[in-house]
Amino acid sequence: MFRFLLRRLAVLIPTFIGVSIIAFSFIRLLPGDPVALLSGERVMSPERHAQIMHDLGMDRPIVIQYLDYLWGVMTGDFGRSVVTKEPVLRQFLDLFPATLELSVCAIIFAIVLGIPAGIFAAVKRGSYVDQTLMGTALVGYSMPIFWWGLLLIILFSGMLQWTPVSGRISLMYFFPSVTGFMLIDSLISGQEGAFKSAISHLILPTIVLGTIPLAVIARQTRSAMLEVLGEDYVRTARAKGLSTFRVVGIHALRNAMIPVITTIGLQVGVMLAGAILTETIFSWPGIGKWMVDSVSRRDYPVIQGGLLLIAAIIMVVNLVVDLLYGLINPRIRH
Amino acid sequence: MRKTLAFAAALMAATVLGGVANAKTFVYCSEGSPEGFDPGMYTAGTTFDAAAHTVYNRLLEFKPGTTEAEAGLAESWTISDNGLEYTFKLRPGVKFQTTEYFTPTRELNADDVIFSLERQLKTDNPWHQYVPGTSWEYFAGMGMPELIQSIEKVDDMTVKIVLKKTEAPFLANLAMPFASIMSKEYADKLDAAGTKEKLNQQPLGTGPFTFVGYQQDAVIRYKANPDYWGGKQKIDDLVFAITPDASVRYQKLKAGECHLMPFPNSADVEAMKADPNLKVEEQEGLNVAYLAYNTTQAPFDNVKVRKALNQAINKEAIVDAVFQGAATPAKNPIPPTMWSYNDKVEDDAYNLDEAKKLLEEAGVKDLSMKVWAMPVSRPYMLNARRAAEIMQSDFAKIGVTVEIVSYEWAEYLDRSKAKDRDGAVILGWTGDNGDPDNFLHTLLGCEAVGGNNRAQWCNEEFNTLVMKAKETTDVAERTKLYEEAQVVFKREAPWATIDHSLSVVPMRKGVEGFVQSPLGDFAFDGVDIVE
Repeated sequence: MFRFLLRRLAVLIPTFIGVSIIAFSFIRLLPGDPVALLSGERVMSPERHAQIMHDLGMDRPIVIQYLDYLWGVMTGDFGRSVVTKEPVLRQFLDLFPATLELSVCAIIFAIVLGIPAGIFAAVKRGSYVDQTLMGTALVGYSMPIFWWGLLLIILFSGMLQWTPVSGRISLMYFFPSVTGFMLIDSLISGQEGAFKSAISHLILPTIVLGTIPLAVIARQTRSAMLEVLGEDYVRTARAKGLSTFRVVGIHALRNAMIPVITTIGLQVGVMLAGAILTETIFSWPGIGKWMVDSVSRRDYPVIQGGLLLIAAIIMVVNLVVDLLYGLINPRIRH
Repeated sequence: MRKTLAFAAALMAATVLGGVANAKTFVYCSEGSPEGFDPGMYTAGTTFDAAAHTVYNRLLEFKPGTTEAEAGLAESWTISDNGLEYTFKLRPGVKFQTTEYFTPTRELNADDVIFSLERQLKTDNPWHQYVPGTSWEYFAGMGMPELIQSIEKVDDMTVKIVLKKTEAPFLANLAMPFASIMSKEYADKLDAAGTKEKLNQQPLGTGPFTFVGYQQDAVIRYKANPDYWGGKQKIDDLVFAITPDASVRYQKLKAGECHLMPFPNSADVEAMKADPNLKVEEQEGLNVAYLAYNTTQAPFDNVKVRKALNQAINKEAIVDAVFQGAATPAKNPIPPTMWSYNDKVEDDAYNLDEAKKLLEEAGVKDLSMKVWAMPVSRPYMLNARRAAEIMQSDFAKIGVTVEIVSYEWAEYLDRSKAKDRDGAVILGWTGDNGDPDNFLHTLLGCEAVGGNNRAQWCNEEFNTLVMKAKETTDVAERTKLYEEAQVVFKREAPWATIDHSLSVVPMRKGVEGFVQSPLGDFAFDGVDIVE
C-alpha cells in the first residue's frame, strides 16, 4: 500500500511538470500580450511597452522565463497577477474555499440523488419509471449550464422569490472570513439567520452545478447495476432467498460502485469546468470566474498558477479515488 | 421544503428591506471586481468607481453631471502668465477618514498632495514600486511624466506644480481618478510597519465614504464618512454587490436586492422602463465610435472617396440594429455632452446617388476594400461585426465590395496602428478627462499618427488649431478653436463618425440624487433612498 502510494506520487511529478509546460507555453501562443492590453485603446509608446515588459521579466528568453517560473513554484511563489499585482497563490487561497464549498455541495447533491435514481432505474429496467428517469438524466446532461442557471434564477428568484438571486450570503450579514467556507463561517459568527441565509444562497448554484454530474452518475449507476444484476452471484443470492433490498443494496451495489466511483472522481474535473459558468451567473466569488477574467486579460501568472493548482487538485482527487477502490473491492487492494 | 424556502425568502426579504429602512444601506450591483484600491495604479472604470469616487478626493473635481473641473481639495488656484506654473491653495480643515486600521492625527496638507503625485512621477520615489510591477498607467497615458517639471511645497497649505510646456487640459487631468489624494501620514505608518502594500488594500482618503472591507469578487462595504468636508451623506452604508452578469443584475434589481445597476443588456431596457418599481435614466456617453480610413493609402487619400463612403453609411440602421436605439448617430468626433461641441456642423447625409457621383468624380471604379471589425464589445460599439455587415451592404449599393476582417483584441489594437494598414478600421474612444483635447488631439493630431490616430491623418490646418487650443488656458478661446477644428474635420472626413452611445442606468424608483456622470463614472455622493 505504502509502495503503491509512493509510486503514484512519483508519477505525479512528471505529470505536474508536463502540465506546467503546457500551461506556460499555450497561453503564450495566443496572440496579444498582457502589457498592450493594460492600456486598451490608449496606445502605449513602444519604449514604454518595452520598459514594462522588461520590468515584468517578459523580455527574457522563454526557456529562462519558464525555469525561473518553475523554480518559483517549487518555492511556493506563483508570481503576481499582471493586472491586480496581487500574489497569485494568495488570491487562489482566498477564492478557492468558495469553489470548494459549492463543488462539495453539488457533488453531494449529485450522489444523493444520482445513485438511488440509477439503482431504481436498473431495478425497474424498461418500465416507465426507468424511461422517465433516464430521459430526464439525458436532458440534464445536455443542459447548457448558463441557460439552466438563468432559467432557475428567473423562475425561483425572480417570479416566485423563493431564493436569493446571487451571491453567497445576504448583504445584511457581515462577519470576518475565518475558514472561507460560508456555511461554517456563518455558524461561527453566531449572527442570527446567517446560516440560513448562506444555505438559501447555495441552493440554486448547487442544483445548476450538480445537474450534469447528477445525470452522469445516474446513468453510470444504472448501467453498472444492470451488469452486476445479471451476474451469477446475484442469482445465487436471490436463490438463497435474500430480500431484494439485501440483494440489490449489499451484494450488487458494492460491486457496481467501482465504475461509479471512477465517474464521480472524473466529475471533479467537470465540476471545476462547470464552476466557471456557474460562478459567473451566481456572482459566486470562486476561482472559476477568476480564471476566465485572467484569460481575457492575458494575465499569464494567474492563468499558469491557476491551471497548475487546479491540475494538482484533480491529480490528488484521482489518487484518492484509486485508493478508494481498494476499500470497496478487496481484490484491487494494493 | 417549499414552506421552508418561502419562509427563508420572506425572512430574507424582511431583513434586507428592514435593514435598508433602518440603517439606509444603498446597494449598488457593480459589474466587476476592482483591480485594487489605489486608483493611480489602474485604468479600469470599475476600479475607479470602487476606489476613487468613494474613498478619495482630488485637487479638482468634475462638477456632477458635467465635464467641467471645479474646486475640490484645492480651494482655489492661479496660473502664471506663461501658463507653466499652477499654484493650488488647499482647502483648510479637511479631515482624513478614521477607520479601524488608522486614526489620523492631522488634517490634509501639502505633503499629502506631493506624496500622491510624486510617487507616480519620480522613479526613485520609495513608493514608485511599492507593489512590484506597478506602471502608473494612466499618469503615463496622459503624458504627465513628460509634462511635469516639479511639484513644490510653497507652504503647508499651498502647492505649486511647474510644467515643462503649456498644456491647458492639465487642470482637467488633475480631476481624474489617478490624481486622487492620499494620506502621507497613513503611508508613513504603513511604511514603518513594513506593510506598504496595504495602501492598495485598505484605502484611506478624504472622500464621502469610508472603506470598511472587501471580500474578493463578492462585496465591498463602505460607510458614510461622518467628517466629510462636503457634508455627511444621506445614506449610512454603501455596498457594492459584485454581479458580473447583466441579466442577473437585472433580476437582483427587480427583486430589490440592489438599488442601482450599471450596463444593462440593451434588450432588457424596454422591460425595465415598463416596470413600475424601476426607473431608467439615460444620458449620452462621453464616447464616439468611428470608421477610420487610412488616409495615406490610395484611393482613401482622396477626400472625395472618403466623403462618398461616408454618405453611403446608414447610421440610423446601425444605431437601431446594434444599440436598439440606445445611441445617437454621430456627426462630430466629440460627443454632444462635451464643451465646444459644434452643433452647426452638418453631417454627410445618407445619400447613395450623391455617393455614387462622388466616386465617379474621383475616378474610382470597382473599389474593393477591407473593413476591420473589433472582436469585442465596447460601450461605444456593442457589436462591430453587425455594424460592419450593415456597412458592407450599404457600400455594395454604390458598387464597393467589402471584406470584413477581424483579429484578436490586442492584435487588433496593435495591427490597426500600422501606417501601411490595409483597410478602414472600426474603433472608438471613451473620454478620460472631459477635455476636447483628449479626443481631437489625442485621436487626430499629427503626433498620434502611427498610434492613436488610426486614420493616419495629419492635416496642417486641423493640427494647428488643436495645438493652439492646447496652449491657451482661456476656455472661450479654446472653444472657438475646437469648433473650427470640427469644421475642418468634417470637410476632410478622415473618419466616418458612427455613433455616441447612451449610457443607460436603471434604478429602483426610490433612488434620489444620483447624478449620471458623462465620464461614465458611478459615484454615489449625495444619493438617497426614499422607499
